[in-house]
Amino acid sequence: MRKVACIGAGMTLFRRRLLETGKEMCWEAARMALDSAGLTIDDVDAVVFGSAPDAFDGIHMKGENLLDGCGGVGKPYVRVFTGGGTAVFSPIAGYWHVASGAFDCVLVVNEEKMSSCQPHPQSVFGHIWDPILDRPLKPNLVWIFAMEMNRYMTVHKVRYEDVAAVAVKNKRNAVAHPCAQLADPNITVDDVKNSEMMAWPVRRLDISPPSDGASALVIASEDFVRKRKVESPVWFSGVGWCIDTTMWTDRDLYFPEYLARAAKMAYKQARIDDPRKQIDFAEPYDPFDYKELHHMEGLGLCKKGEAPVLTREGVTQRDGDLPTCPSGGLLGVGNPIAATMGIKVGELYWQLSGQAGKRQIPHEIHTGVTNAWGDLMQFSSVVVMRA
Amino acid sequence: MSEKVKTWPGVELSAKEFYGKVTSVKFRPEAKFSWSAGEAMSRFLMELKEGRLIARTCRKCKRILFPPRMFCEECFRPTDAWTYVKDTGTIETYSISYIDLDAKRITDPVYVGVVSVDGASPKMGLMHFFGGVTPETIRIGMRVKAVWKPPAQREGSVLDIVHWRPLKEGEG
Repeated sequence: MRKVACIGAGMTLFRRRLLETGKEMCWEAARMALDSAGLTIDDVDAVVFGSAPDAFDGIHMKGENLLDGCGGVGKPYVRVFTGGGTAVFSPIAGYWHVASGAFDCVLVVNEEKMSSCQPHPQSVFGHIWDPILDRPLKPNLVWIFAMEMNRYMTVHKVRYEDVAAVAVKNKRNAVAHPCAQLADPNITVDDVKNSEMMAWPVRRLDISPPSDGASALVIASEDFVRKRKVESPVWFSGVGWCIDTTMWTDRDLYFPEYLARAAKMAYKQARIDDPRKQIDFAEPYDPFDYKELHHMEGLGLCKKGEAPVLTREGVTQRDGDLPTCPSGGLLGVGNPIAATMGIKVGELYWQLSGQAGKRQIPHEIHTGVTNAWGDLMQFSSVVVMRA
Repeated sequence: MSEKVKTWPGVELSAKEFYGKVTSVKFRPEAKFSWSAGEAMSRFLMELKEGRLIARTCRKCKRILFPPRMFCEECFRPTDAWTYVKDTGTIETYSISYIDLDAKRITDPVYVGVVSVDGASPKMGLMHFFGGVTPETIRIGMRVKAVWKPPAQREGSVLDIVHWRPLKEGEG
């Protein structure tokens, strides 16, 4: 397979409600990514689009609805979908478009506009459940996170304060992100602990906010990078993805085995056999604070049950030994589901090319890993990148 | 490029602007759905009406699959036989929810979680409600038993079980 690099990135503000339509948001993010790579749409051979359920927008064939804003007109264009995992999965699809030799330059655009869904985007999550086994119970999506968080905390005897510390770290990190929706320089563990109870043990500030937003990446072959004399390319070293059964009540939720498998696939390609030593920073998917811990363990960045300890000891702070979510994450920047690509793979690109500005990790970094998570608590996508 | 970008695209709307000032268009879908329960689930639902829980066995991996299915997703072959499992089990995890389906706040919290069912393979169970518990008494590992609706009120639904209550001493 050919070597593949990310050579540009762009994103809109992440906000509860944006004036722009989804199509306009895609156009803004795509234009910014192309500008940052010094390219125009004529340089792009193919376009990959990613977004979560159509029902948020109430527009089926969403890929086609947003096509014009993604720059896909008259080009090979495809939409990919793996629920929340789309944030890191559509860059993987972009990667294989180029690695295969089929295309030299691919634009990847991800979008989510959750504000259109009334009275609350939560209502639409009711449509992801099994109609016979689950839906008669009128489930709220927060339930499954609460159940997973409780299982994880109980098995490893994790204190709630150590989970809340993740929300505090990420919301503080987000202060340095120009697109952030919920940054807070003064937030404390007590604020999280005293926020409204949603579904025990999950409180309001344990959860990332619903958002509108779009993000885009430009992905190119080594030949393209050389011919165009692209500055600071950031290379895809390994990609992986894996999914477990949809019968989620048949699995022990304390550990994301599917993520461990996805990471194994990515690490094999990236020649990583000791992730804790060989990886300098991480952008684990953090729609809830415990998920960052869950994902650090699934990614093999620490032992099972050890992530809360690393968090408590400050190892995962931006200036720590293993910075996690230096972007501010979904908890701080916002959670327009697929568009969080901009703070996951996008952040890896900006950090590894030294363009993260106020968010830049203060010490030398060479290798970063990110993951996203989705479908019915069963799927993960993993990308390892190097400068 | 991140540090060179001066303005990031996007115009934020307040709730007041969104629901008031800004021009917007509304639509309410009228779609309704009716699902065939399928081979495995139809039998499962009929058994619920009789106050019983049923599973399928896979001879190859030796698992007793609950909820039942007509093929084993791991061995990728047809399952072999029906077998009843018990209406007792263990709480694998739970939540105490203060929000409903639409994220609206509710005052009487809902106790909900996963019960692994006795007689099925380890960790195999279903999502359901718990009753006769308090935030202080409910715990992971608690042994529970199904509380069924009276036979006349059952309609072949997971709601034919009202909830799962703590197992009494000497039971199960």
